[in-house]
Amino acid sequence: MELTGAEIVVRCLQEEGVEHVFGYPGGAVLFIYDELFKQDKVKHVLVRHEQAAVHAADGYSRSTDKTGVALVTSGPGVTNAVTGIATAYMDSIPLVVITGQVPTHAIGLDAFQECDTVGITRPCVKHNFLVKDVKELALTVKKAFYIACSGRPGPVVVDIPKDVTAARAEFRYPETITMRSYNPMIKGHPGQIKKAIQALMKAKRPMIYTGGGVILGGASEELTQLVHTLGFPCTNTLMGLGGFPATDPQFLGMLGMHGTYEANMAMQHCDVLLAIGARFDDRVIGNPRHFFEEPRTIIHIDIDPSSISKRVKVDVPIVGNVREVLQELIRHLQATRERLDAQALKDWWTQIELWRGRDCLKYDRSSPLIKPQFVIEKLYEVTSGDAYVTSDVGQHQMWAAQFYKFDKPRRWISSGGLGTMGFGQPAAMGVQLAHPQAPVACVTGEASIQMCIQELSTCKQYRLPIKIVNLNNRYMGMVRQWQEFFHGNRYAESYMDALPDFVRLAESYGHGGMRVEQPEDVEPALREAFGRKKDLVFMDFITDETENVFPMVPGGKGLSEMILV
Amino acid sequence: MRHIISVLLENEAGALSRVAGLFSARGYNIESLTVAPTEDPTLSRMTIVTTGSDEVIEQITKQLNKLIDVVKVVDLSDGDHIERELMLVKVRAIGKDREEMKRMADIFRGRIIDVTDKDYTIEVTGTGSKLDAFLNAIERSAILETVRTGASGIGRGDRVLRVQ
Repeated sequence: MELTGAEIVVRCLQEEGVEHVFGYPGGAVLFIYDELFKQDKVKHVLVRHEQAAVHAADGYSRSTDKTGVALVTSGPGVTNAVTGIATAYMDSIPLVVITGQVPTHAIGLDAFQECDTVGITRPCVKHNFLVKDVKELALTVKKAFYIACSGRPGPVVVDIPKDVTAARAEFRYPETITMRSYNPMIKGHPGQIKKAIQALMKAKRPMIYTGGGVILGGASEELTQLVHTLGFPCTNTLMGLGGFPATDPQFLGMLGMHGTYEANMAMQHCDVLLAIGARFDDRVIGNPRHFFEEPRTIIHIDIDPSSISKRVKVDVPIVGNVREVLQELIRHLQATRERLDAQALKDWWTQIELWRGRDCLKYDRSSPLIKPQFVIEKLYEVTSGDAYVTSDVGQHQMWAAQFYKFDKPRRWISSGGLGTMGFGQPAAMGVQLAHPQAPVACVTGEASIQMCIQELSTCKQYRLPIKIVNLNNRYMGMVRQWQEFFHGNRYAESYMDALPDFVRLAESYGHGGMRVEQPEDVEPALREAFGRKKDLVFMDFITDETENVFPMVPGGKGLSEMILV
Repeated sequence: MRHIISVLLENEAGALSRVAGLFSARGYNIESLTVAPTEDPTLSRMTIVTTGSDEVIEQITKQLNKLIDVVKVVDLSDGDHIERELMLVKVRAIGKDREEMKRMADIFRGRIIDVTDKDYTIEVTGTGSKLDAFLNAIERSAILETVRTGASGIGRGDRVLRVQ
């Protein structure tokens, strides 16, 4: 039987097992919305701005291992979605974004709500398609899902002109797909794995550094087993938090610009570095020249060959699926007759404990003002370390990463690569829909939250009981911190004047609101908010505006050149 | 160092812009880029001439391979190869220059492919440096117009780039 393009789109989503589509209707997608209306397998979540649709799909995907789906109309629908798409691209999150387009006969004629979607999104997608023939539609959607979630994942845009959604074709959804131009490599090279084992066994000052690839590759268990087998120290990037349990004694905390003293020092001074699903980002290794001053053997496991030897020359590259490579490594380790240098390792741990003794995350606990770190510590206690935590971008993001100890993967949902303010709240919506019973906190600041604040309305419509932890210091805190350190205390445009009354704002949307001004009120407020299982509660914590994030590796400096508190 | 990279890619709308966009987004040099369909109309063959350090060239080949439309990438400079470029030059050919231009075209094994009473259009094929040499050899003021295709390259002997 022939179906319309719109019917085909919806059938494809059903075939893929998609439960939630985040979107916003408009002229070019009206036929698709009409078909969504007629069925109830795929639930549509109406956001208030297309950026939030993509962030919500993104949060949904990060907190599960599913591909997130967003649906937006042509022109401004697409341009609004671009920030969300770029966010997902930088963090390798699998999304399929379906975009409406003006009818094929109108393309290129500057039609109403026309934009060159494929051109605009090309630099920030894994791949994109313009479907010009309804006969190609089902195959294209299949390809989109396949590309999005295989290999190094990423967002894929499918641009569908309106006339294609009205035209008819036979529907057959392919079960499997092969593409001659796309064969993501899975198995690590056995020879390289042997080389890695040799290097690891000889290590005197080893370090294991892991990133988002461990989370995306579902390799946390294997990583934990490997780290325990070897007895080596382990650090996670911002994207990799939860990949290894943060409460494990072998965990040194996050590394990088706001990483712990012990993680950064161990990274700088190790002689064998095992990097897993991480990409030696500028926020992670600081100045690469300084990083190179210390000689070390680097083993790098990644599914994307272009991530290897991009910023840092690698000695033992292993391209492959992180989980399978780790399984191979563990197998070889269990079989090897070689012994680790126990004395050297003992000395190395002694050095690390000295660094750890520096207590780099300490802060003034006697302050009469609410310290933001204290709020996160209490959030951790109140939620028993078991909440899903999303964040926006800035100081609060770093404090959440430093002070909430993530023991499980996919619990920490944050825009690491693009650093998108406005991400936290819509991402939390996606997380809450994926885990209706779980506690979901959005750690944010008074600047970031205002970038997608309209989504309070969406939260009301779908009864999403997320808890907003607003660390309100009246400043774009991270901007203010840089201005204090590097721009002579000239706080150019970083003061947030004319803030709304967040409590009344939340209440006007029908949510709960609390303003918390005293340190002793922090924990009771959190307990009350998380006790209200059915309500969104906006907690406005009035925090110390002078607080800074430490340690800090200033731009251009080396990892061991931290500013400490 | 100069490299000549051959790419087989799906002959689909937008494939060229993905490659061009990659080079501009990541700040890689393009000296020239040529592309046309192959004997298999579903595939295009592209030749890119670029410059960069070994690290940059490694990244270029990896990033090209990462593009979904790209089927195969070969750095022809890794081995023996042949490259050719086609140039069309329109020159003024009046008076005694007319004979001189004909002679120069012959020396460079060029061919005159269009003639009027005032000018010649000469076709020259060869490596880029040979085409440069031809332009340097003729009177500069006599050159009315030049158009060059950029280099195409192919491996020597049994070095073959194709989809199995």
